Amino acid sequence: MTKTIRIDGNTIPFEEGQTIIEAATAAGIYIPHLCHHPEFTPHGSCKLCTVNVNGRNCSACTFPAMEGQQVLNNSQELKADRQKITQMLFVEGNHFCPSCEKTGNCQLQAVAYHLNMLDSHFPHFYAQRELDASHAEVLIDHNRCIFCNLCVRASQEHDGKEVFAISGRGINKHLIVNSDSGLLKDTDLEASDLAAHICPTGAIIIKHTGYQVPIGERLYDQHQIDQVSLAAEQSK
Amino acid sequence: MTTKIRIATTSLAGCFGCHMSLLDLDERLVALADIIEFDRSPLTDIEHCTNCDIGLIEGGVCNSENVHVLREFRKNCKILVAVGACAITGGLPAMRNFIPLEECLAEAYIDGIGVENAQIPSDPELPLLLDKVRPLHEVVKIDYFLPGCPPSADVFWTFLNDLIAGREPSLPYECVHYD
Repeated sequence: MTKTIRIDGNTIPFEEGQTIIEAATAAGIYIPHLCHHPEFTPHGSCKLCTVNVNGRNCSACTFPAMEGQQVLNNSQELKADRQKITQMLFVEGNHFCPSCEKTGNCQLQAVAYHLNMLDSHFPHFYAQRELDASHAEVLIDHNRCIFCNLCVRASQEHDGKEVFAISGRGINKHLIVNSDSGLLKDTDLEASDLAAHICPTGAIIIKHTGYQVPIGERLYDQHQIDQVSLAAEQSK
Repeated sequence: MTTKIRIATTSLAGCFGCHMSLLDLDERLVALADIIEFDRSPLTDIEHCTNCDIGLIEGGVCNSENVHVLREFRKNCKILVAVGACAITGGLPAMRNFIPLEECLAEAYIDGIGVENAQIPSDPELPLLLDKVRPLHEVVKIDYFLPGCPPSADVFWTFLNDLIAGREPSLPYECVHYD
């Protein structure tokens, strides 16, 4: 007999070993997320996929689905929590959407649109962050890094390299690259690596391509992230 | 005595792009003019706002005058609205927040290419710059936020109609943009 969980009252089948977000995605239910990617080991850091399981909040991307779980996903409380989490991500970094070439294709921005986030609520940190433009084809703008670890995982698990890592703790946490000089140009990163393309924000971008698609005609200008995300992840 | 809804507008550390977008309401402004009137605004040249229903503020807070104007708006507007990316996040003017103020001034007035008679402007009439550009909500309580650079005319239209009709304003997905 098929094992099931209930998400917002709907009965959803799951296979042994699946996380809640995997079961939900397979059933066509979107749970907002940024650090989760179906191809890579769950990281559980962005907390956007927070759901309520049997009365307790947990990350849907790391929590295993288990028979009979009662999961809340679309409650007003969770939506408010997710909006606050997104606002914290915005004020912690420096996300100046009008001057960012990732605008319209940015998952952080798209999640914020999806959550109807209209303001940043918290005081802005205006943290001092650096830019690494040393690589001929790939740029790192640390202002936009949300420490989702996707580039780290993509480099290790897909590209078979170890170009990126997260260093430091708490407010001093930052993205580093694997070279003696600390510069991206001295790593073995190539523009064709998945790690160079997987950034959900504009922290790692391919040079010379920024404005090929005009603002207003970009992915999330046309489609909501729930539809885009489900379509992409169900095909995997 | 008028019963029209009184709206005040101003641009602090902004570019007037949000005001231009408000004017993009085009012929809808005519319909709006039947129910609203402008108090203090670049459109009227009235210098101070008094007893307004709605205050629309574009731009962040970059100098001492901005702080005084913002406080005047808060004191005199029942509903205060942060309009556009700069008012909500500090926006592009806040990109100077990563450079010490002294260096900014030196670059503009002392070391800049083509500067003659180099000196930092110090006329007492000039408002003093703040060390950082701040969004409005860090200085006064803001009631509503209209994101966008600028927010489209449809955002103004949707928001003002909701507010005037006594509904809680809400922006549909297509009205929410940060760029």
